[in-house]
Order: sequence, then C-alpha cells, then structure tokens
Amino acid sequence: MEIRLVKDILEANEVIAAQNRAFFTQQGVYVVNLMGSPGAGKTTLLERTIERLKVRRKIAVIEGDIATSRDAERIAAHAIPTVQINTGGECHLDGNMVRGGLGQLDLDGIELLVVENVGNLVCPAEFTIGEDVKVMICSVTEGDDKPLKYPLMFQVSSVLLLNKIDLLPHVDFGLERFRADALKVNPRLEIMPLSCSTGEGLDTWLQWLEERSVTKGE
Amino acid sequence: MIRGGSRYNYRVHEFGVAQSLLEIVEQEARPYGGARVTRVQLRIGQLSAVVPDALRFAFEAITRGGIAEGASLEIEEVPLKIRCHQCAEEFTVENPFMVCPRCEGVDVEMIAGRELEIRSMEIADGDKAR
Repeated sequence: MEIRLVKDILEANEVIAAQNRAFFTQQGVYVVNLMGSPGAGKTTLLERTIERLKVRRKIAVIEGDIATSRDAERIAAHAIPTVQINTGGECHLDGNMVRGGLGQLDLDGIELLVVENVGNLVCPAEFTIGEDVKVMICSVTEGDDKPLKYPLMFQVSSVLLLNKIDLLPHVDFGLERFRADALKVNPRLEIMPLSCSTGEGLDTWLQWLEERSVTKGE
Repeated sequence: MIRGGSRYNYRVHEFGVAQSLLEIVEQEARPYGGARVTRVQLRIGQLSAVVPDALRFAFEAITRGGIAEGASLEIEEVPLKIRCHQCAEEFTVENPFMVCPRCEGVDVEMIAGRELEIRSMEIADGDKAR
C-alpha cells in the first residue's frame, strides 16, 4: 500500500527554529548565525567584534564545535556570556542544539547573540536555527573558487565577510572574479572585504551589525 | 569537501537528514499497526547540501533492525530552475546563478533545486495495510 505525502524532510528542524525565532523576538535579541570554513577566522572576527562593540551592545555568544571548548574559552576571556555546544560529531548546529544551548544562557538584557557555527561550508547552510541573519566568512587563503563550489552557502547568506585581505599580495586570489561569482550566485549578497589582523574594513561590518542589533530591541 | 572519517569522528550531515526521514516514515507507518516500510520516494534538489549516495548509505545504516530495514530509497534529483520576473519565463539552469540567461537581469527567483522532500512511501504487512 502506498502512502502519498509531500513533506519537507527537515520540517522538524524548521519547527524548532521557528520556536527559537519567536523566543529571540520576544527577548528583543538580534541573532547572527556565523558560518564559514575551519580557519576562515570566525572566532577571531568574533573577538574583534566583541572588543569594539561590547561597550555599546550587550553581547552573548553560542560556540558550536565538534569537540573541545577552545573557542568558547577565547570568547569567555572577553567577559561575555558564552555557551559551548559540542555537536559530538555532527557537522553543523541545528535548531534543537541551539535550543539546548539557550537553556544555559541568560538572555535578559542581551541585544546581540552571535552563534558561531561548526567550521564547514556545506552542511550549516541547510539548517536554520532561528537566526535573524546568516553571515558567512571566507578568507582569501581559501581560494577564489568557493562561490561556485559551495553555492548554497553563498545563496543562503545575507552578508559575506571576506577576511585576510592583508594577505592579498601573497596569494593567488582574484578579488574581482570572486566578487562577480558570489554576486551571480546571490545578487543580494552584501560583500565586505576586511582583515581581522590589520583592522582594515572592520568599521563597515561593525556599523552594519550595530545598526541591525539596535532596531530589533527597540 | 570533507566527507567523514576524520579523527574527530566527523559525521556527514546526511545522517541527520536520514534520521529526520526515518522519524517521518515511522510516524506515518504507525497508524497501520506493525507495517513494514518497503519503499520511500524522495525528491532532492541539485542545490541541496545532500549527496544522494551518502543519504542512501546513512538510511541503510540507521534503519537496520527497525520497520524500514531493507526499504528501497528512490531518489529523484531535481534540477535547478529559476523564474525571471522580467521575462516572465522559467529556465532550467546548469550553474547556480541567480541571473536570467536571457535578459541577464537579477530579478529572478529559484523555483526548484532546493528540495529535500519525501513524496511517498510503501508499506506492507500492517494490520490495516492489506
């Protein structure tokens, strides 16, 4: 006997993510899902962001990693409420894992929550967690072919931070080609080249983030 | 692309997808009391982050010993399709570009290619499935 049904396989995740989203809205906290390859500079970007923004915004962080709490320790050193989620092998965070992390985080008064996803350019793109915005970070050392190789990540993201631009003279990276391909995959993508080492370009990102994280709470 | 097998037991997310799929299948089969699931049909978009072979492998592994053990997984891969609002036309495209192949405008939307859908399943031997 055949049972006909048209159902999204990830529907269960969508339901939990929607509950997370409702909770975030109720708390007035703006939530960033930060994604990118291992080594792209997610944690470093987060540190620079916290250093510059924490005087003006109350920030909390959820750190997603397959194993270890190294990143969470780096973030907690900035005196920011931080929760570590170890996925135990899973290559991405999903709505349920984030919900679990929220149980250990007091969001009262928090204006900005950054969720650092597991380092991976594929899987996190498929799982929504209830975020307001998906931000991806890519570095020039990874090569300029990434938009065509990992189109889904570029497509679901609203902001693309291109990190390590201070290394451009030393690597074979076609900035214009990268930009053109990324925009073909997602014409609405906001691309912000920056360097977490030199600080170049960070202002644009911080201003963007600061503007967004105030409108939600008020 | 990292696809499993590192020292951190880096699992592919197809296992997570297979798990969600199994939960749906078990839930749908429950009203038929003791039915076995013999076949499951899926549609998977070209742009989805799921590799059909990896999903088959994961599904086979997690269904062992359960009601869906041995069920065949039929996967229809859905090509990428966009609609240009300017040209009021649909195009099946090879590359994942949100650019109209005719007018080169970007007023386009993706209408197919992201699917991760279960379409139907076949059950046998249940109280009410005969």
